Amino acid sequence: MTITKVQSSAKAMPGAERAPVVNDFSISVATKNGSGSQTANTTLLRALFKMGVPVSGKNLFPSNIQGQPTWYTIRLNHESFIARRPRAEIVVALNLATALEDHQTVEPGGVFIYADDIKIPLNRGDLTYYPIPVKKIAAEHEADAKLRTYVANMVYVGALAHLLGIDLNDIEAALMYHFRGKRKPVDSNMRVVRAAAEWAAANLTKTDPYRVEKLDKTNGLMMIDGNTAAALGAIYGGVTFAAWYPITPATSLADALNEYLPQLRLDPETRTPTYSVIQAEDELAALGMVLGAGWTGARAMTSTSGPGISLMTEFVDLGYYAEIPAVIWDIQRLGPSTGLPTRVSQGDIIAAYWAGHGDSKHVCLLPGSVYECFEFGWRAFDLAERLQTPVFVLSDLDLGMNQWMSQPFDYPDQPMDRGKVLTAEDLDRLGGFQRYKDVDGDGIGWRTLPGAEHPLAAYFTRGTGHNERASYSERPDDWVRNMERLGRKFESARKLVPAPVEDRVPGADAAIISFGSADPAVEETRARLARQGIKASYLRLRALPLADSVKDFVAAHQRVYVVELNTDAQMLQFLRLHVPEHAARLIACNHSDGLPLTARWITDAILEKEG
Amino acid sequence: MATASAPVKTNIIGLTKADYRGLESTLCNGCGHDSISARIIDACYDLGIRPEGLLKFSGIGCSSKSPAYFLSRSFAFNALHGRMPSVATGALVANHRLLSVGVSGDGDTGSIGIGQFKHLLRRNLRMVYIVENNGVYGLTKGQFSATADVGQELKYAGRNELLPIDLCLEAIASGCGFVARSFAGDPKQVTTLLKAALSHRGTALLDIISPCVTFNNKDDSTKSYAWGKAHDERINDFTYIPPQEEITVDYAPGESREVVLHDDSKIVLKKLDEKAHDPTDRMAAIRLLEEARDRQLFITGLIYVDTSRPNLAEHERLGDTPLTRLPEAKIRPPKETLLKIMGDMF
Repeated sequence: MTITKVQSSAKAMPGAERAPVVNDFSISVATKNGSGSQTANTTLLRALFKMGVPVSGKNLFPSNIQGQPTWYTIRLNHESFIARRPRAEIVVALNLATALEDHQTVEPGGVFIYADDIKIPLNRGDLTYYPIPVKKIAAEHEADAKLRTYVANMVYVGALAHLLGIDLNDIEAALMYHFRGKRKPVDSNMRVVRAAAEWAAANLTKTDPYRVEKLDKTNGLMMIDGNTAAALGAIYGGVTFAAWYPITPATSLADALNEYLPQLRLDPETRTPTYSVIQAEDELAALGMVLGAGWTGARAMTSTSGPGISLMTEFVDLGYYAEIPAVIWDIQRLGPSTGLPTRVSQGDIIAAYWAGHGDSKHVCLLPGSVYECFEFGWRAFDLAERLQTPVFVLSDLDLGMNQWMSQPFDYPDQPMDRGKVLTAEDLDRLGGFQRYKDVDGDGIGWRTLPGAEHPLAAYFTRGTGHNERASYSERPDDWVRNMERLGRKFESARKLVPAPVEDRVPGADAAIISFGSADPAVEETRARLARQGIKASYLRLRALPLADSVKDFVAAHQRVYVVELNTDAQMLQFLRLHVPEHAARLIACNHSDGLPLTARWITDAILEKEG
Repeated sequence: MATASAPVKTNIIGLTKADYRGLESTLCNGCGHDSISARIIDACYDLGIRPEGLLKFSGIGCSSKSPAYFLSRSFAFNALHGRMPSVATGALVANHRLLSVGVSGDGDTGSIGIGQFKHLLRRNLRMVYIVENNGVYGLTKGQFSATADVGQELKYAGRNELLPIDLCLEAIASGCGFVARSFAGDPKQVTTLLKAALSHRGTALLDIISPCVTFNNKDDSTKSYAWGKAHDERINDFTYIPPQEEITVDYAPGESREVVLHDDSKIVLKKLDEKAHDPTDRMAAIRLLEEARDRQLFITGLIYVDTSRPNLAEHERLGDTPLTRLPEAKIRPPKETLLKIMGDMF
């Protein structure tokens, strides 16, 4: 075996004498997709989480079913900084096709763990090398040849458990979670994990400094992906109708609806569903159905991604102009066109806000965590029904599909806001109504719901020009009055949407404005800047239209870096329009390469200007 | 001498014909669509349908304007071009206790909306889907639609060389359980078909040739009044019998057969002769339409009936209470359930 050689090369390195690095490094596992590596990756992630160590896991996967390179990166950090890091200290290479590149990208002084049938020049003097007989261990401990490829991934989990000091009981607990308590698959996987750990104990001499130790930093936290959180939020928000069309990375949101609705939402008396979820023929039909349902009074939603937003655009506009509640989740991926469907971006900000032709603009919520995916999941329905308009929720692939630590979700703390709806009794009392009349001065009219048993309830819903009585009108004054009212309604929306979260540092000249899944990288950036003596305030946007308070925030700082994950600095454009008198203070800090932002990139970009 | 005014005539639920009327039409004088609107008013009045219990849908085009011209007491949704089916689907799943009439055109259904049309039929949503078919785009002033016959000529568009799409054939292929073709110039047949279609619990397609007096009414056009009157070939003779009413038709015993619809109403078909089309025979219906297309025959009547497929609401296992009427307590699960779910995620 090559072990002797490897050990001697390890001894030649400074690794053995280095101070231990505990609970502060990244792991990158290179595999092929469709090989079962996800089970191993998420098991490792959850085991670390169960050890009390703050972690994040990001799946960097191809648009492919089977056989293409995929990487899973895990960051663990005792200070709870869990943004992606550009390089990993520990790289596990299980895919020959990418091994050369994987080898090159290990952080200097790091560790390269590889399947022993991968033959590449191991010529970096700064690394520690551990070859693992992956196939041999899998073959010895899994009799079923069909399962062997899948459980082979557990070999690296076992080896890492030994090398890093991960408790095998926590790995077993993670597997129990993954297989929902099914003993058989847990046992077969654990067999391989134990065998690999024992093999590593007997055959590898640890010379690297990286270690995991139990902590208490995840007490009370849970781990969940944003799409599941969004679906649960919608379910507790009373969703009664959902229509969707399969698209990465939004599909798992509809999957979660289909998983949890039957558990949670059968009528206790009749045992019939209190919901309907329809897989539509395309995204146009999905939003058409949602508008039809919202019009009759259902809490209706769809979930999609960029290309779906393009297809839905004509309907979004109809919803805006005919004033129909709808909730549209956009799990953003990298465009334009098909782009990179399995990579992340915040590239739909302009497309969503200004979706449609003519003069329309839309309310967009910007969840910055899985906690907010849940909260906005129910709150979006309240806003849509209050404002009688489509409401976007702009999540993204990183937030939606990856596992995140979170404080427990808070059950909705207020009753549902069903908005301004007139009943038959109201109509008796009022003697009629005008659908698009601004009775209350907030730009929001009163509506009746189809099926209302009253001769005066009906009105004609249309995308054509209409007056206050919902009658067709081509009169210029009717048009102007209606658009002015929609403008007032948008101002009402500005006050109703979730306010920005501000952290103003007294005396700070520099500030950051950001939103969505960029938040962890921004928080880490602030800590890095602080070490350089730069204090930066932070405002995290949570919705469009932009709040008035954003103006004060910009005015209070000399330089405001707008951090976002897209190529055209889309949010910066909106901010410049919102605060024109201070537009020169707003500095683009945007980047988009398909991967989640890193604190290192943001810090360098800001230091370049601050330095 | 006192003049006693004639008592106002009412239907079985005590409403007058005026309660079913709409706004004055803005379509061209003599438009076939207006006569279809009048038939919808007749059918709903005769059947005693509550206007509040029926939704009107349309897409975009001349035909799609017409829901404003009947049943003003019914809610209406004038949707996007070709997208009426999806809007209707959402609305009628959210409240599946409502009836519905959708009005579309040959462009709205046969071109831009063909996909949604076919998926609506596949889902079998309860809806009377009327195509006011005139073979031409009117609002944009005279382009061919996808149902224009080969050889049809239009003033500006010239001569159509492409095969027409037969919407009845498309409907049968997609599993539609009620397929009929009629002619706007045949009020009795249109009314009878409408009544039967309103009793059908899935999607009912009525492909009604409805001449465009402005752009496509030359006598040699297969979509003109003259052609329709001269060539209308009835494939069967039938009567609609509402539920609980005795069958009173003047067909001799043995000369008729019944198709029972979901609400126990009946379509009584007269056996004209051996050649009379049997609408319960799917292959015969397809053959009939293929032959008619080959020979450019204008056949009208009930082409296909199949009441066996569940509709979308049944497929979704919806309860008696519409989704839109469920109280908050039934659509927001209790707090303990959330705690339990989260408990699994620690």
